[in-house]
Formats: sequence, structure tokens, C-alpha cells
Amino acid sequence: MANNFLRRVDLIFDQDCNFKDVLKSTYQRSNDDIINELLESGLKGRGGAGFPTALKWKFTSEQADVEKYIVCNADEGEPGTFKDREILFKVPLKVFGGMAICAKVINAKEGFLYLRGEYRFLLPELEKQLAQFQSILDELKIDFHIKIIMGSGAYICGEESALFESMEGGRGEPRNKPPYPTVSGFRKKPTVINNVETLVYSFMIFRYGAHKFKELGTADSRGSKVFSVSGDTPKPGIYELELGMTVEQFVEEFGDGDTKAVQVGGASGFCVPRKRFKDTIIGFEGVPTGGSMMLFNSSRSMYNVLHNYLEFFEEESCGQCTPCRVGCQQLKLGIEAVKRGERHATYLEQLQKLAQTMKITAKCGLGQSVANSFFSIVENFKEEMIY
Amino acid sequence: MAKKINLIIDGIPVTVDEGTTILQAAKQLNIHIPTLCYHDDLCVAGNCRVCVVEMKGARTLPASCAMPVAEGMEIMTNTIKVRTARKHIIDLLLSEHNAQCTTCYKNGNCELQNLAAEYKISEPMFIDLVPFKNYQIDAYSPSIIKDDSKCIRCQRCVRTCEELQHVSALGVAYKGDKMKISTFFENPMFEVVCTNCGQCVNRCPTGALVERNYVEEVWDAIYDKGKHVVVQTAPAVRVALGEDLGMEPGEIVTGKMVTALRRLGFDSVLDTDFSADLTIMEEGFELLGRLKKALVDKDPSVHLPMTTSCSPGWIKFIEHTYPEYLDNVSTCKSPQQMFGALAKTYYAQKKNLDPANIISVSVMPCTAKKFEANRPEMRSSGYKDVDYVLTTRELAVMIKQAGIDFGELPETHYDSIMGESTGAAVIFGATGGVMEAALRTAYEVVTGREVPFDGLNITPVRGMEGVREASIKIEKTKPEWKFLDGAVLKTVVAHGLTNAKKVMDAVRAGKGDWHFIEIMACPGGCLGGGGQPIPTNAEIRQKRADAIYREDAGMKIRKSHENPEIVAIYKEFLHEPNGHKSHELLHTHYRERERY
Ligand SMILES: Cc1cc2nc3c(=O)[nH]c(=O)nc-3n(C[C@H](O)[C@H](O)[C@H](O)COP(=O)(O)O)c2cc1C
Ligand code: SF4
Ligand code: SF4
Ligand code: SF4
Ligand code: SF4
Ligand code: FES
Repeated sequence: MANNFLRRVDLIFDQDCNFKDVLKSTYQRSNDDIINELLESGLKGRGGAGFPTALKWKFTSEQADVEKYIVCNADEGEPGTFKDREILFKVPLKVFGGMAICAKVINAKEGFLYLRGEYRFLLPELEKQLAQFQSILDELKIDFHIKIIMGSGAYICGEESALFESMEGGRGEPRNKPPYPTVSGFRKKPTVINNVETLVYSFMIFRYGAHKFKELGTADSRGSKVFSVSGDTPKPGIYELELGMTVEQFVEEFGDGDTKAVQVGGASGFCVPRKRFKDTIIGFEGVPTGGSMMLFNSSRSMYNVLHNYLEFFEEESCGQCTPCRVGCQQLKLGIEAVKRGERHATYLEQLQKLAQTMKITAKCGLGQSVANSFFSIVENFKEEMIY
Repeated sequence: MAKKINLIIDGIPVTVDEGTTILQAAKQLNIHIPTLCYHDDLCVAGNCRVCVVEMKGARTLPASCAMPVAEGMEIMTNTIKVRTARKHIIDLLLSEHNAQCTTCYKNGNCELQNLAAEYKISEPMFIDLVPFKNYQIDAYSPSIIKDDSKCIRCQRCVRTCEELQHVSALGVAYKGDKMKISTFFENPMFEVVCTNCGQCVNRCPTGALVERNYVEEVWDAIYDKGKHVVVQTAPAVRVALGEDLGMEPGEIVTGKMVTALRRLGFDSVLDTDFSADLTIMEEGFELLGRLKKALVDKDPSVHLPMTTSCSPGWIKFIEHTYPEYLDNVSTCKSPQQMFGALAKTYYAQKKNLDPANIISVSVMPCTAKKFEANRPEMRSSGYKDVDYVLTTRELAVMIKQAGIDFGELPETHYDSIMGESTGAAVIFGATGGVMEAALRTAYEVVTGREVPFDGLNITPVRGMEGVREASIKIEKTKPEWKFLDGAVLKTVVAHGLTNAKKVMDAVRAGKGDWHFIEIMACPGGCLGGGGQPIPTNAEIRQKRADAIYREDAGMKIRKSHENPEIVAIYKEFLHEPNGHKSHELLHTHYRERERY
């Protein structure tokens, strides 16, 4: 069957963009005007939580503090995600441009790009691009500066409040929320924190206008997004695709003909089994994703897949809160015990209840999302868990 | 005035100030929500998650200790969701926990144990993780034992050490399943910047941080017929001991405590208050001496401001953190150590005892005093001046072990010699007390008149404000103190090492023009010491402070220099304050230590 719906898009990687003009014309517009255009576009955060970007900027702009910040989250730690790396490699100026527009709206003088430790190799080129960016700002007499801060390689430091702690020199432990970053972020000051991709799209929305973005996608998931495709696929890589496709459409394009499951959204996302491909939409109305798409064919043991994820969480949990720190260890040891026959298969139900508790009581998104893959793998591949 | 917020908890409407947490709002309704990582004295962590509640409209269960109230909020504290989650969380904690309650020092006073009992946890729900862990016990310190197998990682200790003490000897190491509470390079607490103050011990909900206890050693000494066992009791013990023996905070139990100690079998029950009075004489004259050198002799080598030296937590802190100011510290030993040095010299002589056969025990509100007693500087009698230091808590343990009904005990008086004291000594137990006691004596020595405060109560130095300044003008001096006529003596008092740091940073920056600085390592002074009954909070500390000032007001003699035993010891043994003998026994010098 011909794949009529899966549309490749080229909004952000296009090299032929007059950066200076976009910045200049946007800076001439009123803040309300900018926020309305962004609102109109329907852009939602690409870092995972999917919060409307316009509202984030608006809330922060409404804070009375003199000191405010814009932070670009380039910690990209979710297993199977490497799209931010590609964006920073190919179009860093546009990321800085998105930050500069946000800075105007919220009235920030300083911005930070928090770069994943493993991406240090990008740093020299980024610094070069940053210098060029600063000189354009100087020409335009825009008072805004960006600094790049290197992360230390902990997954949890991608969580926004842990990221602030890390930037402030502390241990990467998530904070209590509220207060949210829009009220109290970096240095306890109102802060917009956006994913790399969110910022690029913001910039492109001011290049093309909201309508061009809005035309794409569905009511709940507007526009396109960048996917990192990996696993059992003949064509792994980075693809910018229109939102709104089903998993089936995706598998037709990227599968190897024997796909049994797709993990959407990385370790903290959901596992979609073959029988659900048809009716599962990739997007906020179905299974959301920060970009990671992992395909598994029938040669894979889903027990091993889950075990892997649990090992990852067990190690990457910051360890401060009980449900996540101990819960991850229990889930991992629990499926091992069932697999070895040391615990009865019904123990899986007990573990599912535990995962549910983690989902509703963990302090941050990490512990809360362990249940996603746990439920979706255990429920759909129960036999593989037991035998 | 704060904005008012209306919400509903368990169907009951309540109105509270904006910024109140759900936990606090529930408390106003007398609804108890269990907590572990929360502590009144510390900033909110929200990491244990046992305090979760259900909030209408929310996907998750918020931690009530960390969630501020909002208009129209509807909270349920007892639903199946909440109960299931709490049981899971307690179960998870227990699965990581080496739950050997019967042999645990905290058995009977442990928040985790209480919670497990409250929720009737029976069969363990999950897999025992203890065999997978390589839990360590750090038992090198003479003050504190840290047992990681009892730690629930609530980080109360970390917050205590950072927020209250600005020491940060304890921190979080590693992440995930390996996350633990540790020190710099995982060195023993004994070898890092830890001041041994025990504030973390006071706030640890479990048996993971406890004092090293010397209960067995002291019993052995008591049972040893060949030994003469003397015991001294610090000022702050008498206003707190009752709490561990079924009484309310703020009860003064001096007389009952003396009776109990005698019943335990101590040969002589004496008072650290005696040596507190002695400290005032020594330290007061030392201060006056330094002032004279500075003002009259214009000696550039004199170190002012002078700081107190009776808090061993403070001493270790300055050794690590401000070693360049060690010469500003009074050379006086702490009252505990002055007592110890005299017990095996003066006391032994007067009682005709061989000092080799004297065992000197002290009862202190403090864990740092255990470390202090082991310092090499503290052997000027030719023996270990203080053999064993017990905390208030350990004394309570011994009283219970002896089967004594403490509440029903008659009150008796300390033995003599070295058992007589004044109100000035009692107030050593509260922040500002040493300052007040010193001023009562110094002012009178210099002017021949009592301090010009109503009823000798120098109220400006009292209270719980972290840093308090006070000055006193010296007028119409005696002829030999003429150089002080018209001088304004400037003082400052700080308690808790975070406040000590503020004062010392001001000194370092040349911003403080004080002459005399009183510093106590613990919040509230010794009454909030690391060896005092658990729990502690501002309300309890205030009650202990009130008791201390009540005890002072009720004393016949309230100025150290009027203590007849003090007059006697100078006549018979020491000859003069700051004299040769004093320097041999009662004064010392401290040394610089590493900054980590
Ligand atoms: C454990 C954890 C890891 C995260 N890692 C990232 C990350 O690497 N990059 C990112 O942009 N957002 C990450 N997030 C989401 C951020 O907390 C935050 O929501 C996001 O940066 C907001 O940007 P957006 O509104 O543009 O999506 C993570 C969240 C959690 C809970
Ligand atoms: S959920 Fe996990 S990562 Fe998040 S705060 Fe708790 S322990 Fe840390
Ligand atoms: S810390 Fe508490 S729960 Fe743990 S063994 Fe000791 S008394 Fe029992
Ligand atoms: S040592 Fe005590 S206070 Fe510190 S984290 Fe462990 S249980 Fe909490
Ligand atoms: S004893 Fe005092 S200084 Fe040492 S770790 Fe505990 S709180 Fe910190
Ligand atoms: S008491 Fe609220 S999270 Fe620990």
C-alpha cells in the first residue's frame, strides 16, 4: 500500500534562511504580537512534556523580576534520541535565534545552552557560531548574551529543575514543583526552559508565519517534528516528519518487514505492540514522543528490552525520592525473580501496582514515567516476561 | 497581612495564610499526616514521599510537606490511593533497610519504626535489597556512629549540616540505587570537617546517625569497687533530661537528676556549673587582660576580638575554617575540661584520693564533648582528664536501666567540693548565657557595682535571634581599671555555626568592631545540643531556655565571683585568675586543621 500520509518536511534544516532579517523583523514586533503568533501556531514543547510554548513565554514575561533567563535544554539523554545533536550540528544559529526572540519577549539579558557532556565535540563549532551570532546581535544593537554550559552526563540533569541545580553548581536533583521555572528557575529567577527543537521551531514560525506550521499535523499535535529512528530498521537516522501519523504508517516506512513493537519516546515512553499499530497515533493525542522511535523485530526479547530500561532507570534515577530510587530496583529484581521462577507470575501484578504508585508519587518525571514502559511491555508481552 | 486561602481537607473547610503547605493546614485541623524527610528546623526536601495526599483534579499525589495551598483546593488524606501509596513507600524503605530493631540503638525512638508500626507492616511485600548492598558502618569517631544500613536517605542530616551549621561534612554521593550519604572522599567522619556537633544525630529519624555511647563503660566503672567515680552534669542537661523520662519539655529536674545519679552508684555527684563559674573568672580576667594590653600597653600582638571557647563544636569549626583566628579564641578550656583537670588534681588532693583511681564522667548535652575529652590537649592532670562523656540521652538510658521511677524521686543537692554554683553558670546552657555571666562579673570587677540591668537580667543578649549585638558602657571604674572608664564594651552572640560564620566573616572583612564574641555551635546554645533528647524544634528549645532563666532567677547567688567554692579554690589552689596554676590546668591552645 502506498504511504500517502507520512510526509517528510523540511522546515528547520533548510540552509537558505536569512537569519538576520528574521531576527530584525521579529524584534520590531510587539511582545503581544509575538506571543499571539506563537499561540496561533499551536507549538508545543518538544522536550517531552508538550507544554504550549507560547504560554511558557507569556507566563515568564508577566513576572515582575528584573533578572530573567532563557535556557536551552540540550542535555538530550533519552535513550534512542539524537535529534538535538543533529539540529545543533546543522542549524545552531536558528537555535540561538529562537533564544533571542524569547529573550525579547520575557526581557532576558542572558541565555544559557546546557549541552550534554557527551556532545563536547560540538563545542568548538558551536562557539564559533555563537561568536557570529553575537556579532549579528551587536549589529542589530540587541543586548543579549548566550553562554554554553557543559553538562556532566547524568540523564536526570535533563529534567529542568535538576538542570538548574546543576547549572548553579549543585547536585542534579529535581526540585519541588510548584514553583515552576516560569516563576522560579535558574538562580530562583523566572526562566523559560525549552528544548533545542522547540527553539528552532519557534524561530522558523517567525520566518514562515504561524499558518505554515499550523497547516501541518493534527488539532492536538500541530506541525512537524524531528524523529530519531533506530533499532531494527534498514534506515536509521534523523527525519523531520509531519505529526499525526499512526504507528502503522511509521512502520511501513521504517520497519524491516518483521516489526513486532515500536518503543515510542525512549525508555520513558510507551511500547506499542503490533496489534496496536493501526489505531495508535504518534502525537499528544496518542503516544507522545520527544523524538525517539525504536523498532524491534521478532528476534528481540521484550524481557531484555524492559530489563535494559529498568537497569537504565535504576542507575539514572537521582536517588533522592523513595518510590523512584527503591521502586526501580524492585521492578528490575522483580522481573528477574519471575523470569527465574523464584516468584510466581502473579508477582507481576504486584509490580504493576508498585509502578502505578511510582507514577503518582515520584517527585519528578523520571520516576513517574518508569510505569509507561513497564505497563506497556508487561501487559503486551506477558509470556515473554514469564517464560 | 498574608492573603487568606480557603481549602477543604477531608471534607472540612479551613482558611489559612497564603504560602502555608497542605501539611501545615492539615495540622491546624488536627489531621495527622505521616512524614519522614520533613523537619521543622529545615527547608523542605519532599523526597521521602510518605506524606502524599490526594488532590482533586490532580493526576499525581502531591507531597503535602512541599505543596502550598491554593484557593478551592480539595485534599483527601485518607483514601485507598493514599493508603496504597504510603504502604508501598514504607515497604520500599523497609526493603532497603537493615531492620534489626531489637539490637538497634534507636529501638523505641525511631520514626521509621513508628511508621511501620502505624501501618502494621507485616509480611515484607518486596524483595530484600540489603544483601545486594555493600552497607558500611563508620565507627571511627569517638562522637558519632554512622550506619548506612539504617539510612533512609531523607537527607535531614545533609540539610542540617549545610543549613544550620554551614559545614557540609555530609553530602549525597552517587545516584540511583547507589545513592548514599557520605563525606568528602568517603573518609570517616572523624577525618573530615565534621565538628561532631551532633545536630545531624538530633535530626536523623532512624538509627543511621547516633552518638557513640559509653553506657557500658560507665556501668563497668561504677561496678568497679577500686574506682572512685565522679560525675559532673552540664547546665543544659537539667532542663532537658525529663523529656526522655516522660516529662514535658521545660521541666527543671536538677534535684531529681542528682538523686538519680547517686542511686546509679556514682561516688560523687558534682556540677559542671561549678567550673562554668570558674570559666567566667578565667575568661573574664583574660578579656580584661587583653583589653588592658590593647588600650594601655598598646601591645600590637594582642588579639581582639576575643571569642569564647566553651563549645567544642565551635573549636573544631574554627580550626578548620578560620585557623588564622585561633589566637582570638579564649585560651580557657571548656567547663567540662576544667572540671576534669581539677577532678584529678584539686579534688583528689582535697579528698585524699589517688588520681589514678578516679574515673571522671561527664553528662553533657553534646556529642562534640566526647571528641573533646579525647583530644591530646586534655590530659593536663597527667591522666585523661575526663574519662567518659555521656549525653543527656545516655543518662536517661541508664536511669531507665536502673529501674528508677524518675518522676517520683526526691530532690537532693550536689556533693561538695565542686558542686556549688550560681545562676550565672546555669545560663551557660542558653545562647547568650556566657556573655551575660561574663558581663555580670567583669562589670562588677571593673566598677565595683552590679551591671546596670534590672534584676541582673541582661536581656539584650538573650533570645533566639541568630546573631545578637549588645554594648555596655563602662563608667566610674575603680582606680586600677581607669583605662576602661567611658569605654563601650561591644559584644556579639551567635549560635549555630551558620551564624558563627556570619560573625567571623564580618570580623575577617574588618566589619565587626566587637571586643567579645560568644559562639555556641548548636542552635539555641547547649540546650539545643546534639546530645539532647530527640526531637528538637524551636518550640522545645524555647521551653528549655525559659527553664534555664527560671532556674537562674531562683538561685541565691547569681554572679560567678560570689560562688563560695570559687572563692575557696582561688584561695587554696589556683591563687589568682589567669595565674600560673590556671595556665597549667585550665588553659590550652588549639591547632589548624585541613579545610575539607
Ligand atoms: C528525567 C527527565 C529528563 C529530561 N531530559 C530532557 C532533555 O534531555 N532535553 C529536554 O529538552 N527536555 C528534557 N526533559 C524535559 C524537561 O524537563 C523540560 O520539560 C523541557 O526541557 C521543556 O522544554 P519544552 O517545553 O521545549 O519541551 C526531561 C525531563 C525529565 C523528567
Ligand atoms: S523521581 Fe527519580 S529522578 Fe526524580 S526526583 Fe525522584 S529519585 Fe530523583
Ligand atoms: S533504624 Fe529504626 S527501623 Fe531501623 S532497625 Fe533501628 S529502630 Fe528499627
Ligand atoms: S543518615 Fe539519617 S538523617 Fe541522614 S539521610 Fe540517612 S536517615 Fe536521613
Ligand atoms: S556532627 Fe555536626 S558538623 Fe558533623 S556532620 Fe553532623 S551536623 Fe555536620
Ligand atoms: S515528608 Fe513530605 S516528602 Fe518527605
